[in-house]
Amino acid sequence: MVTPGRELNSATREAHAIRAALADVPDPEIPAVSVLDLGIVRDIGADRVIITTTYTGCPATFAIERSIRQALDAHGFAHVAIETALSPPWSTDWITDSGREKLRAYGIAPPPKGADAASLKNGAPAECPRCGSSDTEELSRFGSTPCKALWRCKACAEPFDRFKCH
Amino acid sequence: MDALATTALRLGDDALILGQRLGEWCGRAPALEVDLSLANMALDQIGQATHFLALAGAIEAQGRDADALAFHRDVMDFTNCLLVEQPNGDFAQTIARQFLYAHYQHLLFERMATARDARFAAIAAKAVKETAYHATLASDWVIRLGDGTEESRARMRAGLDWMWRFVDEMFVMDETDDDAINAGAGVDKAALRAEWDARIDAILAQATLQRPPSRRPVLGGRQGRHSEHLGHLLSDMQFLQRAYPGATW
Repeated sequence: MVTPGRELNSATREAHAIRAALADVPDPEIPAVSVLDLGIVRDIGADRVIITTTYTGCPATFAIERSIRQALDAHGFAHVAIETALSPPWSTDWITDSGREKLRAYGIAPPPKGADAASLKNGAPAECPRCGSSDTEELSRFGSTPCKALWRCKACAEPFDRFKCH
Repeated sequence: MDALATTALRLGDDALILGQRLGEWCGRAPALEVDLSLANMALDQIGQATHFLALAGAIEAQGRDADALAFHRDVMDFTNCLLVEQPNGDFAQTIARQFLYAHYQHLLFERMATARDARFAAIAAKAVKETAYHATLASDWVIRLGDGTEESRARMRAGLDWMWRFVDEMFVMDETDDDAINAGAGVDKAALRAEWDARIDAILAQATLQRPPSRRPVLGGRQGRHSEHLGHLLSDMQFLQRAYPGATW
């Protein structure tokens, strides 16, 4: 029987090291979360990293690729190539649980998971990241970046960003 | 150009020109939220254009990338439908254009997402989620303006009246479209019409608006026969690359 972590071949070890190198690469628009938290990094191999774009028009796409390149180079992975894949399309379900918590702590309501995300209207109200109330309303479906909508909490009267279901 | 390159070019040109038009609102919209919405939709369209034009260039294999296709072609080489190049007019006219096009684009990408050609399917599957937002936003505004004040209602009606003559062109099929379908990348656009009509009529009913009367359709965009408006749009969009070819920063 193979014991995980013991019988790792060199390629897998390398992939782990690359993953560690990318763990601190922040999203340029939302620096509280990393490119790993957001699910932008789709796959890591010994010689390449496959990334995906969140929204087709996201202006941060180039900045993200550059940040990943710099992190790879800085950690001795200059030989590792970066490839972009569109399919399967990224969705907010790719945001990790810890990424969701970081978003909430940063003041951005994370998107609901799964079926809820498919429904643009009549979805459950966002939970206010400040006071936790669900007595909230959408002010604008499009917010400060392509990935966010603008909401307001009717309980604590604070506006907040909600990561758009996508 | 072969049918697949032309198909990608048409998709890219529609998105590029609509994106440029929406971008013209940036900093000028009636409210901050609307400004953000229009600019975000512009970004989505330009993002989609980047993918489709890059694909067109790759299929064509003449060394033209997305930027070359966007900035180094003149009016008659553009293949966008006439609807998307129509001037913004007032806010209601912009919403009318967005409403009519977004529902078409959404239906188109829904079908294209299952295309046999994985390159087209991948872009469509990604873009379809964005166009769903566009269609919803435009529909909400059609209802709000149509079922609003006397002034907003009159403007919404005028906007739809102007844009309606460009509707039929979106659904026209030609030899290129047929070839693209046979090659596994195209969509039978004519077959989308019934569902489009149903969606549009449902929203118009909520907006208490009548469907504008049928007019003689205006055609020609796919063949490069454009209104004078497109030249003005390009003179703005392409200025930098024409004045300083190859400029980067």
